[in-house]
Amino acid sequence: MSAALQPAAPAPTATTVTGRIDVEHFDFWYGKTQALHDITLSIAPRAVTALIGPSGCGKSTFLRSINRLNELIPGARRSGEIRLDGENIYQKGMDVVTLRQRVGMVFQRWNPFPKSIYDNVAYGPRINAQPNRVDLDAIVESALRRAALWDEVKDRLRDSALALSGGQQQRLCIARALANDPEVLLLDEPASALDPIATQKVEELVYELKRDLTIVIVTHNLQQAARISDRTAFFYLGKLIEMGDTQRLFTSPREERTEAYITGRFG
Amino acid sequence: MQTPSLPATVTTPESRTLPTLATPLAGSPAAPPSRVSIEGTVVADRVYRAAIFGFALCVPILLLLIFVEVGVAGWPALRQFGFGFLTSSTWDPVAGQFGAAPAIAGTIITSIIALVIATPLALGGAIFLSDFAPSWVRQPLAFLIDLLAAVPSVVYGLWGVFFLLPLLREDVMPFLRDTLHLGATPFFRGPAYGPSVLAAGLILSIMVLPYIAAVSREVLMAVPRSQREAALALGATRWETITGAVIPFARSGIIGGVILGLGRALGETMAVTMVIGNRHELSASLFAPGYTMASLIANEFSEATNDVHLSALMAVGFVLLLITLVVNGIARWLVWQTGGSRS
Repeated sequence: MSAALQPAAPAPTATTVTGRIDVEHFDFWYGKTQALHDITLSIAPRAVTALIGPSGCGKSTFLRSINRLNELIPGARRSGEIRLDGENIYQKGMDVVTLRQRVGMVFQRWNPFPKSIYDNVAYGPRINAQPNRVDLDAIVESALRRAALWDEVKDRLRDSALALSGGQQQRLCIARALANDPEVLLLDEPASALDPIATQKVEELVYELKRDLTIVIVTHNLQQAARISDRTAFFYLGKLIEMGDTQRLFTSPREERTEAYITGRFG
Repeated sequence: MQTPSLPATVTTPESRTLPTLATPLAGSPAAPPSRVSIEGTVVADRVYRAAIFGFALCVPILLLLIFVEVGVAGWPALRQFGFGFLTSSTWDPVAGQFGAAPAIAGTIITSIIALVIATPLALGGAIFLSDFAPSWVRQPLAFLIDLLAAVPSVVYGLWGVFFLLPLLREDVMPFLRDTLHLGATPFFRGPAYGPSVLAAGLILSIMVLPYIAAVSREVLMAVPRSQREAALALGATRWETITGAVIPFARSGIIGGVILGLGRALGETMAVTMVIGNRHELSASLFAPGYTMASLIANEFSEATNDVHLSALMAVGFVLLLITLVVNGIARWLVWQTGGSRS
């Protein structure tokens, strides 16, 4: 599996560490409802950051603010800054298309296109870079290898993606995101609809991927957050309550509400 | 909803305490202990199943009956004129000569014109309504498009006679023929009377548009948000999202809408009769008057006095039915082929 981690297409920014996210005084509204209140935090590159908190606490909203997927919702407003490698992603002239290539996303419910496995993974490169055929084959293989799916699908790349199992479809969606060679990968409860074995595979994958990616994962599963993340942020009612090293946050939380949540007293 | 409620009327009180999940089990061979409720369920289930099966069967039986009736009535003409009925363009009731080629060609050509014009417009409208229109525009506009389908066809015909035909005669036809020099091709040649295959095709395109638009809008809106988000999150623009993810997902439904429109175009009678000119003549020019099978039947049925004439009209009806079925079959097959996994 060590070979699987070598991307065939050389990453243009391989020498400098990229994928750092800094959030400053970020607010977000859906119409009149304020979903996020004054969020300020930093997300380290080459690490897994878990966002935890009860349903409706704003963690998914926050995640979807990082690739600006939220702004398509009518009535959505925001203020404050989110900087990716020092550049405010909400500044005028920011190209959303480029941003979303740099910040990949995987959703709770796997959503492959009703196309072949190959065409699913090739979707991003095709619309963004239009590489020639040889390059595309290499990119697809590399992405599938990085998503630990290559060995399972290499003989049926032309088959429908919908014929795969749920866990495989979810890893295919991860491969599809990786094919864009992103700096950041956002995972919105990627394993919450998977069985334990498929969940384990996704978790192992996340652990592998953090070597060259910034990973932000929303999860309801506290054990999962404890297992795979380096840092954890606890959200409650649209506010960031506490953020710190996962080990520290789970063993000696500083905030009472954090402790109440991780010990299962509410949420 | 009906099946679970049926047993309640026939079961004994104690069996009512059975969990609802047990009800479907009752029909299976492995019979649970409570006998009364099982028997009741089985009988009610059977009656219910037989009833809905009967209803469902009505549709194909009806179609078959129509097919047979029309076929039998048209058989004498088909036998008398043979293959020439489809290829000859002589339609002379007085001499007893019947060839339906102009009507068959007219039906197909007007339908093609209608679809070629209506499909892009309808699809564009549907995409706008499903993905771009602000919500306060969406409802009223969708309602107006649906309203187009509710306009009686004779009203379209009147509009065609008093507005479309003069417009074609005075402006559109001369423009196409002379200004654009399309008169050099065989398709836009000849005098501009007004009543023409082109007029029929145009009026049909307006009439089938709401069908295609309504179905397309429904299937586009039924495409899950997750599919749109998947494409957007990969860096697709909104346009790329629609062409690359939304439309492929909805493709078989959109084809279904186009087929619905085609069915309407093939069979539309009144409006077409009023603007097509009703002439039995094969011409490559869309400016020439023509005929369609439906308008032929409508025009001549009341005047068909002898048996051969009547039978010939029935035979035209039979051919129309056959074409409709074949076209629908092909379309179904197309949906089947493209509805699969491949892009």
